Amino acid sequence: MSDQTSGRAARLRPVALRVLLYVLLVLAVAPLVFPFLWMASSALKPPAEIFSYPPRLIPQHVAWENLSEVFRLQPFARQIWNSVYIAAAVTALTCALSLLSGYAFARLRFPGRNLLFFLLLSALMLPAEVTLIPLFKMLRLANLVDTHVPLIILPVFGATGVMATFLIRQFFQSLPPEVEEAAQLDGLGRLGIIWHIAMPLARPMLGAVAIIAFLASWNSYLEPLVFLNRVELFTVPVAITAYTDATGHPLWNVQMAATAISTLPVLLAYVLARRQITDSLAHANSR
Amino acid sequence: MRETLTAYLLISPQMLGFIVVVLIPLIAVLVLSFTDSNLLAPDARPVGLDNYQTMVTEDPAFWRSVVTTGIFAAGLVVINVAMSLFLALVLHRKLRGAQLFLALAFLPVVTSQAAWAIVWRFLLQGEGGTVNSLLSVFSISGPNWLFEAKPALAAVTVVAALKTVGLKAVIFLAALRSIPKEAIEAARLDGAGEWQVHRRVILPLLAPTTLVVVIITLIGSFQVFDYIMLMTNGGPSHATTVLAFAIYQQGFELMRTGYASALAVVLFVITLGLVAVQWWARKEWVHSE
Repeated sequence: MSDQTSGRAARLRPVALRVLLYVLLVLAVAPLVFPFLWMASSALKPPAEIFSYPPRLIPQHVAWENLSEVFRLQPFARQIWNSVYIAAAVTALTCALSLLSGYAFARLRFPGRNLLFFLLLSALMLPAEVTLIPLFKMLRLANLVDTHVPLIILPVFGATGVMATFLIRQFFQSLPPEVEEAAQLDGLGRLGIIWHIAMPLARPMLGAVAIIAFLASWNSYLEPLVFLNRVELFTVPVAITAYTDATGHPLWNVQMAATAISTLPVLLAYVLARRQITDSLAHANSR
Repeated sequence: MRETLTAYLLISPQMLGFIVVVLIPLIAVLVLSFTDSNLLAPDARPVGLDNYQTMVTEDPAFWRSVVTTGIFAAGLVVINVAMSLFLALVLHRKLRGAQLFLALAFLPVVTSQAAWAIVWRFLLQGEGGTVNSLLSVFSISGPNWLFEAKPALAAVTVVAALKTVGLKAVIFLAALRSIPKEAIEAARLDGAGEWQVHRRVILPLLAPTTLVVVIITLIGSFQVFDYIMLMTNGGPSHATTVLAFAIYQQGFELMRTGYASALAVVLFVITLGLVAVQWWARKEWVHSE
């Protein structure tokens, strides 16, 4: 009898625990998801409904014109294009440079190898704000302020590129060098080996590097804020903050519409390539 | 010999870029911090330690920003690590829908900080803001979040902490999966309950990962800029001005690039100190295991 009751208690307690865990889970995840729902809903509300009480998730009148306002008030299509081509350039250059140097740091022996690699790694710890003032002065002297050049070279040669090199080096260190040695015996030069053998082998890691580089560029805010003045040169993260009325007060519904438009492609990409993106970012951040 | 030459050729594009974009600016910021450099003036004159003296003795905003940075960083680390550790521990239990919860928690991670900041600024509006409307359902009258000193600092801290919870949860989950099942089984056989298994077996085995996550989060928290700029602009009356934001404000809004460089050197030294602590801690940890 007592055996039976304790057996039931043992069965009941996991159920109660399970319910409790679900409740806690929902509470923990709610503030991570709710902003997206509210952003989408407010993006389609007319101004009168934005702060209506009680708050409604579904707009009473759907204001599709918010979306056209986004493109009327700023050259938003142009700004999206800016973000796309800058991120693409950052991605391509980061992949190319990190493949070359990551391979060299992993496979070749040369004096100063560890010291130079160690020096590179220091960039990962360095807050961007520390070097921003001299960078601004240097790039102003070179007439590169209010161009897209800083937004491309800073991530490629700064922390993003260093992270990429670190990942590529680590990848080759975990790979036995026999295949490459065989190719060398066949008379292939170093660049030939990198192009024909190392690059195809490193494709999964290059994929991770591409994801990291693209997201870092696409999401960056401080550098475009500092280096760009002209509205038509803005990238998306700066543009979405600039939907204000004459007094500088945010036009919330338009701003939410712009934010939603800017977030949608990234969320879509995440849904399509969840595993890849999750693993890449987790890997890069747990070195 | 040929190998050395090849290697230098292969790393030269990145090394040269690194020297221009990281190394020279790092030396330059130190030099600038001893000048009266101003964005509007053509030349900078050396002024010795003046900037540092102003910082320490005359600028109350400096000490305030150091304290604010500390509170912000500590709060961010505690909230971020506690939430992600909790998520990981729960999701590791193979609950139905665990993958969905994890995917949802990861949404803010791929979003830009700017977008995350703007949406939260919108949610935290005092009059009619959504958070306050929801609180009023429970008869709580929320503060004007971003315009009162303590609520503003709390708000930017929490918003910044929430952004990367999903990422840290994934890192913890990977560590949890690598814990040998035998260790947990053995503890269960010894009669340990769920609570004790977590306290005596799982959490100690997670300690090295936790240390790494804490350090990464801490170092990251010292460069947080976007949330401050977009949610509070450092206010109200400097209540949310962290060092990284003070550098931007002094340098690019007030044009005092010499003084801002001195602030940047302080931020750099603090970061360097943390990195040193990290090395020491990792070494200690490895030895004690």
